[in-house]
Amino acid sequence: MKYVDEFRRGDIARGMAAHIRTLVQPGRQYRLMEFCGGHTHAIARYGLTGLLPENIRLIHGPGCPVCVLPIGRVDSAIELALRPDVILCSYGDTLRVPASNKMSLYQARAKGADVRMVYSTKDALQIARDNPHKQVVFFAIGFETTTPPTALALLQARQEKLANFSVFCNHVLTPPAMRHLLAAGDAVELDGFIGPSHVSTVIGSAPYAAVATEFAKPVVIAGFEPLDVLQAVAMLVEQINAGRTEVETQFSRAVTLQGNDKARERVAQTMTLRDSFEWRGLGQVPHSALAIHPDFAEFDAELRFTLPYRHVADHKACECAAILRGQKQPQDCKVFGIVCTPDNPLGSCMVSSEGACAAHYHYGRFVQGATA
Amino acid sequence: MCLAMPVRISQLLPDDMAVVDMDGVSREVSVALIDAPQEGDYVILHVGYAIGKLDAEEAARTLALMDQLAAGEQA
Repeated sequence: MKYVDEFRRGDIARGMAAHIRTLVQPGRQYRLMEFCGGHTHAIARYGLTGLLPENIRLIHGPGCPVCVLPIGRVDSAIELALRPDVILCSYGDTLRVPASNKMSLYQARAKGADVRMVYSTKDALQIARDNPHKQVVFFAIGFETTTPPTALALLQARQEKLANFSVFCNHVLTPPAMRHLLAAGDAVELDGFIGPSHVSTVIGSAPYAAVATEFAKPVVIAGFEPLDVLQAVAMLVEQINAGRTEVETQFSRAVTLQGNDKARERVAQTMTLRDSFEWRGLGQVPHSALAIHPDFAEFDAELRFTLPYRHVADHKACECAAILRGQKQPQDCKVFGIVCTPDNPLGSCMVSSEGACAAHYHYGRFVQGATA
Repeated sequence: MCLAMPVRISQLLPDDMAVVDMDGVSREVSVALIDAPQEGDYVILHVGYAIGKLDAEEAARTLALMDQLAAGEQA
């Protein structure tokens, strides 16, 4: 497939890795956080850690929307789904996220709730058109990449006067989470970021400038293919060696400085910044999520239904919180691969294929030590 | 969740829709989020929406840089 295969060439990957080995300074540590789950997945799937020199450490970040969704929000979605008048629509990954009382949206479905997995917000709108006597709620999650399609659904619902459609909005923002990670008292020590790929296609490279300047950390926005990640690592190593802390774009085939204006305008029109939002692992993060804009209040599920938010603690054996902050690795968790597996996840990082635990379970667990 | 794939627009349809080609598989998607979509454009497809265009020249430049790096030359 064009724009995919050529960024996965093994011979070039090995050559680039050899080049990176010539760039690193002996005795120096390079601790690089890949913010996105998409990068975590690529690193695990293509065995990139094993190609890199020992003094480059890749640390998983919190950029997996399913992983950072707190239990309380999933509980609310389940509560909604269990109402007999509601059809709850969501992207597939959210259905398996474990919530309170051993429930998940799949479990709710087993109890008779009408939960539909959709590929696109267009599917959710169609379900609303087809079921005028039901309340159709779209359980919206995701970063800036996934937000514009929700914005278009709101605009479309307004245009069609789809009175039985609403959105339970859980969209979160990347740059505030990066800043929160760096500002935390127990912050993991980092020397640079591999920056988001498709998020940046939407928001552009400009919003990361504050991270680079305020916290003096280089950011290289990288594509999700293995050669993209390797090139970004090389660019970060060069910045770190030279003492530079700039925002650079490796994924220049799809990222500009200002991003996708049209998409950003649709989001600004339909959604508004929340004062604060709870992230699993990170706790309350100020100005890090979006709610439905007051102009679109008629489509806001949080107003249409009473959905009080309750904080729910993670399972006490689950290390997702520390893993999402970059402080622990999946293999540090006692229940990893034993009690907690992709088939029966205890924590959210084992649910989505981008989750650090799921990626390690599928690709990394048999090569431990061999690559260290 | 942010995973997306590069696809080629093979036919523009009314109402900001388009047929895209994904390795021989055709699918109708929305192009409402991008400016002036053209047949033949490669776009990034995410949850049924094209969220950005792919710049062929930039892609070629990136690939050339990768080849240089792999050959051990200073980029």
